Amino acid sequence: MTDAIPTLARASSLRLTPAFLVGAALVGLHVVVGLMTLLWTPYDPTAMTGGRLALPSLAHWAGTDRLGRDLFTEIMIGARIALAVGTGAVAIAAVIGVTIGLLAAFASRTVDDVLAATLDILIAFPTLLLAMLIVAASDGASLGTAILAIGVAASAIVARLTRILARRVLAMDYITAARVSGTGWLGIIRIHVLPNIWPTLIVNFALQFGLAVIAEASLSYLGLGAPPPNASWGRLLQEAQATVYTAPFGAIAPGLALVSLVIGLNLFADGLRDVADPTRRRR
Amino acid sequence: MVDLLRIENLSIHYDGRSLVSGVSLSVNVGERVGLIGESGSGKSLTALAAIGLLPEGMTASGSVRLAGQEVIGTADRDVVILRGTAVATIFQEPLTALDPLMRIGDQIAEVLRRRARRDGRSASRADIAADVMRLMARVALPEPARLARAYPHEMSGGQRQRAAIAMALACRPSLLIADEPTTALDVTTQAEVLQLLETLVREEGMGLLFISHDLPVVGTAVDRVLVLRAGELVEEGAVAEVFDRPRHPYTIDLVKAARAFDRAIGAAL
Repeated sequence: MTDAIPTLARASSLRLTPAFLVGAALVGLHVVVGLMTLLWTPYDPTAMTGGRLALPSLAHWAGTDRLGRDLFTEIMIGARIALAVGTGAVAIAAVIGVTIGLLAAFASRTVDDVLAATLDILIAFPTLLLAMLIVAASDGASLGTAILAIGVAASAIVARLTRILARRVLAMDYITAARVSGTGWLGIIRIHVLPNIWPTLIVNFALQFGLAVIAEASLSYLGLGAPPPNASWGRLLQEAQATVYTAPFGAIAPGLALVSLVIGLNLFADGLRDVADPTRRRR
Repeated sequence: MVDLLRIENLSIHYDGRSLVSGVSLSVNVGERVGLIGESGSGKSLTALAAIGLLPEGMTASGSVRLAGQEVIGTADRDVVILRGTAVATIFQEPLTALDPLMRIGDQIAEVLRRRARRDGRSASRADIAADVMRLMARVALPEPARLARAYPHEMSGGQRQRAAIAMALACRPSLLIADEPTTALDVTTQAEVLQLLETLVREEGMGLLFISHDLPVVGTAVDRVLVLRAGELVEEGAVAEVFDRPRHPYTIDLVKAARAFDRAIGAAL
């Protein structure tokens, strides 16, 4: 029994890299702060609580804006908005993208070609332009249209990725074996395709989340995101632009918040693969 | 008695080219049939056509009857029902034949559950788990309780092929199609897996269609052999007859080559 001697199967241990932990901590911090704003904020976000354009102090950790509102409170609420947009947009992109991608992977060659070409055209549009078109086509900017617009724009990328990944899985012998043993298409998707494309998809979702946060800030900066008084980071940046030479901290603070969340998401995404894919764990 | 598999005058075309033409063969209950030929001779395509799984774009004509039911021209939905009970397949490369992200025990359990559903039986989780252990022991996988929790990449090639065989057995098929099941294994493991296959086929009373390019391997595994060349059958008969007195020039060449190889090995040892 030569093949009985090497016992390779040992308890798979999870490898958590420092980068992953830093990423998870940064994302976790934003999530905690964002959720906290539902219950409590240091100040009323719309109340004028101090001097205008004050520098950071013990009373106002990030200073105040040009109307004297507490900037730290606004940034905290901005985290909630960024996370809401990211979650919503990724959920929409996941549902639409994975569905279309799977359809294309299973479809006949003609249907697949048409879908693939359509996706390529959609991807060629800059995400932001596509989102702007959708916002413009709806009856006014709101948090909802921003989420929908970014989600739809991202779904083309998710669909193309899903299609490629699913095609690769479908070419495997274990799919043929499953079909020989009488598994239907839905069973094959549920049992084999989704679990096998999941580790790559989840990483992409985390990256898309970061891109959605940036896209939301960009839309808000352009006035196409959540309208005031919603304290989106993009709107805070846009408002601080006028006074950037006299009170630079009004631009630096929301900028830091945005960058730390996106970096956190990217680091998190990097490490996520090792967690999601058992074949990549250390033996 | 209906043949497990009866192929009559099967031809496969792709893009106007003929890949297989006029192949006829049958496998009866308990019979072990070998299909040999070099790469590209159409042996694997014949097997895929037998289970109605030809790649997209290929068309088959002629007749393929699986457990008495015509496969060619039948809707996939109706063939699926047949596949779960009439036939199971073992592939050449066990690494791609097993789902890399599913524990071995779960993969075998999935087949068992499907088979139970199809029979209209309700199988409890404990029944399935016990059956998984029984099947893993049946294919001589060591420490079944531990290996059931292993992923394919954590097992050796021989263990993977044994697991694939266990999955095929879980269907309780009346016909087993083995497409080069030992080619990806080293020689010692090859002999063990062949031995296992032979025992299982005999004890379970399954029919076997064994596909290989390897003459000696086929010789030990089957009773009757068919030689395929460039998509056409050139010779068929009992193993001893074909190997001792090959008639077709191509078979003569094949046998000669195998003998020469054996001698070379013998001299080297």
